[in-house]
Amino acid sequence: MSDVQSISFERQRIEHLELKNITKRFPGVLANAHVDFDVRAGEVHALLGENGAGKSTLMKILYGLYHPDEGEIFINGSPVRIASPNDAINLGIGMIHQHFMLVDSLTVAENIALGLPSSRGLLTDLDVVSARTEMLAKKYGLLVDPGAYIWQLAVGQRQRVEILKALYRGADLLILDEPTAVLTPQEVDEFMETIRQMTEEKHSIIFISHKLHEVIAISQRVTVLRNGRRVDSCPTAGCTKHDLARMMVGQEIVMPKLTTPPKRGEVRLELKNVHAQSDRETPALRGVDLQIFSGEIVGLAGVSGNGQAELAQVVTGLRPATQGQVLIEGRDMTGKLPGEIIRCGLAYIPEERMRDGMVQDFNISENIILRDHNKDPYAKRGFLLHRVIAEFTDRLIDLFHIKTPSRETPARNLSGGNIQKVVLARELSRQPRIIVAAQPSRGLDIGATEYVHNSLLEQREKGAAILLISEDLDEILALSDRVAVVYEGRIMGILDNKDAERERVGLLMAGVHPD
Amino acid sequence: MITDFFSATVLIGILASGIRLATPYLYASIGETFGQRSGVLNLGVEGQMLMGAFTAFYITLRTGNVWLGLLAAIGVGALMGLAMAFVSIHLRAVQGISGIGFYLFGLGMSDLLFQKLMGEVKTVSGFGAIEIPFLSSLPVVGEIFFRQNLLVYLAFLLVPVAWFVLNKTTLGLKIRAVGENPQAADTLGVSVAGIRYLTVTMGGVFSAIGGASLSIANLNVFQQNMTSGLGFIAVALVYFGGWKPFGVLFGALLFSMVNSLQLWMQILNVPIPSDFAVMMPYVLTIIVLVLTVGRVRGPSALTKPFIREG
Repeated sequence: MSDVQSISFERQRIEHLELKNITKRFPGVLANAHVDFDVRAGEVHALLGENGAGKSTLMKILYGLYHPDEGEIFINGSPVRIASPNDAINLGIGMIHQHFMLVDSLTVAENIALGLPSSRGLLTDLDVVSARTEMLAKKYGLLVDPGAYIWQLAVGQRQRVEILKALYRGADLLILDEPTAVLTPQEVDEFMETIRQMTEEKHSIIFISHKLHEVIAISQRVTVLRNGRRVDSCPTAGCTKHDLARMMVGQEIVMPKLTTPPKRGEVRLELKNVHAQSDRETPALRGVDLQIFSGEIVGLAGVSGNGQAELAQVVTGLRPATQGQVLIEGRDMTGKLPGEIIRCGLAYIPEERMRDGMVQDFNISENIILRDHNKDPYAKRGFLLHRVIAEFTDRLIDLFHIKTPSRETPARNLSGGNIQKVVLARELSRQPRIIVAAQPSRGLDIGATEYVHNSLLEQREKGAAILLISEDLDEILALSDRVAVVYEGRIMGILDNKDAERERVGLLMAGVHPD
Repeated sequence: MITDFFSATVLIGILASGIRLATPYLYASIGETFGQRSGVLNLGVEGQMLMGAFTAFYITLRTGNVWLGLLAAIGVGALMGLAMAFVSIHLRAVQGISGIGFYLFGLGMSDLLFQKLMGEVKTVSGFGAIEIPFLSSLPVVGEIFFRQNLLVYLAFLLVPVAWFVLNKTTLGLKIRAVGENPQAADTLGVSVAGIRYLTVTMGGVFSAIGGASLSIANLNVFQQNMTSGLGFIAVALVYFGGWKPFGVLFGALLFSMVNSLQLWMQILNVPIPSDFAVMMPYVLTIIVLVLTVGRVRGPSALTKPFIREG
């Protein structure tokens, strides 16, 4: 114990941390260009920007995971060198990563003790660690059982472990990288409370996010990054959501909206009491009932890992249902091969677009005809008709605004947004009757996201039945005619667009019926 | 003959030699367990054992000192472990393939050195049996357990020690973390490469001792390819044992007891074709592995080189 405490007492507290003129280049990319950033004790300074704006790079530099090409870091006015996470930890900097850095097969106490000197020399001192963890947990309202294994914990609890890990190491400054992305709205509220508690204890907080309302709610100052450059820094009190969004994107943005009432037709996709197992052979779906009509978008909301991925796979024939039925336009398609289901007019925009939506080493043409390559008009008697394929690809590149040097460019060389456009082009050009879109805008910038949303709305107008699976509640609420909430493999409730308030959906996401 | 076979003497003999036969497996499998728990699959165990066996034998033959032989084997094992570590950690080679490379190297090199330096099969006087006072005079048990050579005792002692190191020390915690989620360990300032170098080098040392236990303790000869697949069985035992030292112990005992049984069956001319007898332990391995597949999950980062990425 003495060792652990001495770490926090030997050095001075971080009163003021400054990053000055930070530049970081990766091959072909300027990730950070002359960025200045600073944070003071007791303050929450938000770092706002789109995906790829350079937020994470900047913070990884501060945490010693990357080394800047230019620029310096100062603590309380004197320059410091942070060559590794160890240096950062010793200076009192802690980082909560976007993807939790926890070892699932170890306990909470073991995760916290990892890498720390033990009071018993070579032997672990998990009882000491547990006791001290409980003390810290009480102080900051981060209750969690030190003896529990990480794999037993819910996402919100795992995040608490991450924060405890940093606090245990005596962190004065915490970097929170998109901390709310995986939480339910209620968990977000609790989390905000923890942050307030920490600033009262004079901790400095760097809060990375692209969710404007959270930034406005919690931070005192905000810095906006765009394309690796600092656009502006200002006190949060003087900013509106609108200002921040404009700074972030560099142009006016319009949130998508359902402007017309759904032209609801017949039932296109129906799930009856569907059960399925996860990859770990644990139950993932436990009796899902869902109907999707022609001309509507049904949003499937839920915290990550509640069966969304498995549901998409069952519908598309990629995962067997252990029980129940999947009906497409009234025909029982349970257990049919993906190819047969596709022939029914199903389009699939997979969650892992790089892995499941593309062959990365194939060029755009090849990816475009992936589904229909052996059919007229792309092939005759087993030979590919390159001229037809080329004309078709060029038309889609034009129609879907795919930015690429040529149709011969391998998919892996495209940006995330353009890869998604290739997937959309392939799937939507087949005049689908049913669309399953899993996390269609994840990781895309605002421009590409808008494009994806408009494409889905257009298909809705054309009468497709659309299942939109997303962990982004804003996206669900903006686009869905009906919102179905999934929790532990069951549909907790289905709300009409007008009744789907954030609060109500949030409770359902947490497995609580609001009434 | 069949009745002979089930006499008390024979049963004791089977058990006693089963214990002795388990020795090389234990060293090699425990060493491999450390490597795999930290995320590195070393398929070169067999090669490391052969080099250890030759080195120990040759140095003992030349100096007449088994301790020098053992020490030399440890040195050679450490070098081979270090080389495997360098290739798989530093150069990030595909571990399955580079391991096979090290196996072939060990096989060829030990043979070459044997041809050049010895040329014919010789014998040495290796580690002799040590009778543990009092315990060795116990009926049955004494003969089975307490009249073995030093390397046998140490092999069995290694099991609880390995368990203790993995589960009760800060080093063990780091090893387990590095094998499950190296990114997480890295962000806490644990040197992923450092831990893996340590475990893989250690694995080389234990494999070499396992080889030495054949050539200067149990058999006291060296022959070309004398391990004949033993190192690969040792790797299989790690999976069979669920990456746990006591699981490995159970697997090693099961395997060596069956092996001992078939050897005695041959000695006593039990009317079963010897080819089938020799097959028994291997068939058993396959059956057991098939039955245990998916029962326990291995280290998540096994065979995956660690790269710090964004």
